[in-house]
Formats: sequence, C-alpha cells, structure tokens
Amino acid sequence: MAVLLIAEHNNKELRPFTLNAATAASQIDSDVHAVIIGQNSVDAAKQLSELPVVKKVLSVEGAHYENFTAENFAPVIVKLAENYSHIVCSANTFGKNLMPRIAAHLDTSQVSDIIKVISPDTFLRPIYAGNAFATIKSNDAKKCVTIRPTSFDPCESTGGSAPIEKVDASEEFSNTKFIKREEIKSDRPELGTARIVVSGGRGMQSGDNFKLITEIADKLGAAIGASRAAVDAGYISNDHQVGQTGKVVVPDLYIAVGISGAIQHLAGMKESKVIVAINKDGEAPIFSVADYGLEADLFEALPQFMEELNKLNTIQK
Amino acid sequence: MKILVAVKRVIDYNVQIRVKEDGTGVVTDNVKMSTNPPDDNAIEEAVKIKEAGKATEVVAVTVGEEKAQETVRKALAVGADRGIHVKVDGILEPLAVSKILQKIVDKEKPDLVFMGKQAIDDDCNQTGQMLSALLNWPQATFASKIDVKDNKLEVTREIDEGLETIEINVPAIVTCDLRLNEPRYASLPNIMKAKKKPIEEIAASDLGVDVSPRLEQLKVEEPPKRKAGIKVANVAELVQKLKNEAKVI
Repeated sequence: MAVLLIAEHNNKELRPFTLNAATAASQIDSDVHAVIIGQNSVDAAKQLSELPVVKKVLSVEGAHYENFTAENFAPVIVKLAENYSHIVCSANTFGKNLMPRIAAHLDTSQVSDIIKVISPDTFLRPIYAGNAFATIKSNDAKKCVTIRPTSFDPCESTGGSAPIEKVDASEEFSNTKFIKREEIKSDRPELGTARIVVSGGRGMQSGDNFKLITEIADKLGAAIGASRAAVDAGYISNDHQVGQTGKVVVPDLYIAVGISGAIQHLAGMKESKVIVAINKDGEAPIFSVADYGLEADLFEALPQFMEELNKLNTIQK
Repeated sequence: MKILVAVKRVIDYNVQIRVKEDGTGVVTDNVKMSTNPPDDNAIEEAVKIKEAGKATEVVAVTVGEEKAQETVRKALAVGADRGIHVKVDGILEPLAVSKILQKIVDKEKPDLVFMGKQAIDDDCNQTGQMLSALLNWPQATFASKIDVKDNKLEVTREIDEGLETIEINVPAIVTCDLRLNEPRYASLPNIMKAKKKPIEEIAASDLGVDVSPRLEQLKVEEPPKRKAGIKVANVAELVQKLKNEAKVI
C-alpha cells in the first residue's frame, strides 16, 4: 500500500519542511500520495503536485480548515487512512499537534520524530534529548510516523505532475475555535532551514543586547536562535528557541553566544556541521560540542567579530 | 470545575543519561528520578486555577510502577487535593497511557485534563492529543497561557511561527509548555500534610485496557560523538578559521 504524506502549508504555499517529509515518505515506499487540507489552497496543491516524488495529490477544501485545527484535520485523514500503510508528517508543531490524534483514532502506536528510515517498519529516533538513539520496529498494521525535517534533505520541488483529486470535507468540530495567530515576520532566513544560525543565551543579559547578535546575523545572512533561558527571560520571542522543547536546527554553522550548553539546548543544535561557542566561562559544557571555542566576554567579542567580518572581502550567503 | 492532572516519573532533567552496554535501554538504577518538568507546570496551573476560585478540585494521576507514586505525592504537596495511582510495570507507550487515562476520565468525570506537552524521557509528545482523540474532546497543546472563562478556556499556544490563540469548550485537554508558569516548591509543612492526603491505587489490569506494546525497541545506542574541537585565542583567529579552514563564511 502507498504512503500518505500530510502537507503542511499556509493556504498559499507549501511550508518548506513538507519537502523534507516527502523525502522520508519516499524512503518508506516509492508510492507516495500527499493530502493537502485547507481553504483556498489550490496554489499550494498545485505546488504539491509538482514534487516528483508525489504520485497523487488529494485536496480537501473547507472554511473550517483555514487554521489547521487538528480536531478538523484528523477525521479527514483517518477516513483516507484505510488505503494507506503509513501516514507521514513533519515533527514540527503542526505535525506534533495533529498526528497523535490520527494515531489514536486508528489505534496505532505512533513513532515520533524519526531521523532515519531503516526499513518500512523500522526507524531510528532520538530519545532523552538526543542523548540516545533508539531503533524502533512498529508492529501495527498502519503506521503513523512523524519525521524530524532537518534529518532528511528536501525533495526536488519541480518536474512532477501528479493528478489532483478532490476529497469530500468532513464535518466541523465545533468545540474548538481559532481566535488569532501572531506570526513574527522577518526578512531573515527561517530558523529551521537557515545555513547559518547565531544564537544568544542568558549571557546576553537583556533583549536590547540581542542587537549585537542581530547585526552579525544580518551580515552573515543568518537566522537568530536562542536558548530557553533567553526566551524565558523575555529577551526574545518563543519562535527562536532551539532545543529539546523548541526547534531542532542543523545549519552549516551554529554560533552559540553566552549559552552555557545545557543538554536540553544541545539536543537542538549538536548535529550542526560547524559549531562555534563564545562564552566567558571556559568550563561551560557548550565547549564540549564546539569545533571552535572562544573563551571571551561576549560584549567585547561580538563587536570585534563584526569588525573582522567587515574586513572580509566576500562572505558566502 | 474539576481538573485532572496527569504526571509522569522520569529521569531527572539534570542527569546525564548513560546507555546500557547491552543496548536494551538507558541506566535507571541509582539514577535520580523526578516529575517530568512540564507536568509540574500542569499541576501548578491547576492549583492556581483552584486558588483563583475557578476550580473546586485538583486530582493528580500517574500511571506506572510502584515508585511512580512519588510524583503524585509531590503534586499533593504543592496543592492537589487527592491522587490516583494506576499501577502497571514495564514500558508503556503513550497510546496505552491515553487509554488508561480515558478510563480514569470516565470514572472521575473531570472538566479539564492537564498534562505536560512532552515527557523528557521518550520525547514522544503524544499522550494529550491521543487522549483528546479517544474522548473526542478539544485539545489545546503547547499552552503558554490559559484564561478560564465560563465553561471555556482561552489558550495561547506556542507554535513554530509564533503564538496562536484558540478558544475551547470544556471538557477539554490542555498540554502545558514550560513557559506556562513558574512551578512552586513544596514547603515542609505542606509535604507533611500531603502524606495524609488520599491516593487511590488501581491495578491497570482491573481497567480492562490492553497495554501490551505495539512497538519493539530493537536497540538503544549512544549517538555518534563529535570530534573534539579547539579553542581559539581571539576573534581574528576565529574568523580566519571559519573562512579558511571550515569554509563556512
């Protein structure tokens, strides 16, 4: 049986991690169908049909799907599930919210946040904040799997032409009402997909001081991250949090500034290709994962860093 | 309004876990155990709602082996009124836990069920959503703010793009984020008082729920280690290394 991929989108276009989830789905079985549920999401459905790994697109439209409420999405997918061996989605807040609701309805034990497809029923996933890897075999007839997007490359986004089939909407779930979404708009790259991430921690001491990070991020074309301590202290908003309960990032370069490196933070960044730590405490655990450690006061080091960057003739973007 | 709060006993968040040499799991003998951190936020929020006069009773429930009862006792020490311990040994998957909790909900008839958004041991992030599916209740996951209104909750959720606010009718499930509140510490007199609060013990086998695992854990291993890095003397050297050695800028 084929694999059903749940597309994540904003009604206008696909969210980028749908491409990573599509790669994981295609590693489970080459016959990947994708379902897109939304309102006025035809452009996003078309985009989905152009992914070469997707063989068929199922499009479900309804006003009650506009805000991606899991209580409205789950019944549609549960109904479609009878034709599929696997249901696959990204393990970001969209998929984390939705997939267990589907799995419970299907009476199947979900496998969360996989980082590798070993075989169609066996997966590798991190546990204990990534301090151990577990190989899990699912014995359920239908498998619900969420994938860690940064562990899979995005699939090709053009060249496909899968047929788009309309599917009937389900009834509205009336006990949950969407009120509002506050999205922080920024011209910087998205944290989850950025090539470079510059992150600040408690050592930044204030929200104002984050401008030292912002300047460097702008110079490098980087996204801005933060430790939980910095978010809890109100220096920066929650969507910047990197770690076990925040986002997992795997950039080419991760620069941790004033971050001590609690295991919960390391869980979100230690797979980065190159890690730089700037911290005045030479014993800070962040140095144990850093390729390049600089023991220095960040308030002196960051302006110097900016100066050195300005001296460079070219910077890769 | 009656609030049921589910708590889980896990390896303390400060412990650097060790993988067993035979690859069957992680070492738990002589390792410090605690309540799963966001479950502490769930208890705190329920107690605050009761203190604000908007709830009448807070019941703490845990599902697990004998020692799991410590987490219920801790919940009682910070303000829960009574406890329930569903006893069961062995590995429990979130699906099994949610089925057990469904039975407890049937029996207790709470208006709200709170729990942490994720357990820090298996990092599954499933139980609350599964329970709300089984009950066909609304779910507010990753909650960082809860306003209790008449038979409704307005909940702010932390999502990848920022914040989302939803309104849910009770009965409902809320899974709590670490930023929801600052859990209080139990005072010594309250710890003593908690010893007298009742904890009902229920054998999972009496609930008629199939808790047998559907997943096989074939192997647990250490993640690949990063190779040791170097310390640089100054910022100029750092930038030079990033440019010419790592070639990332």
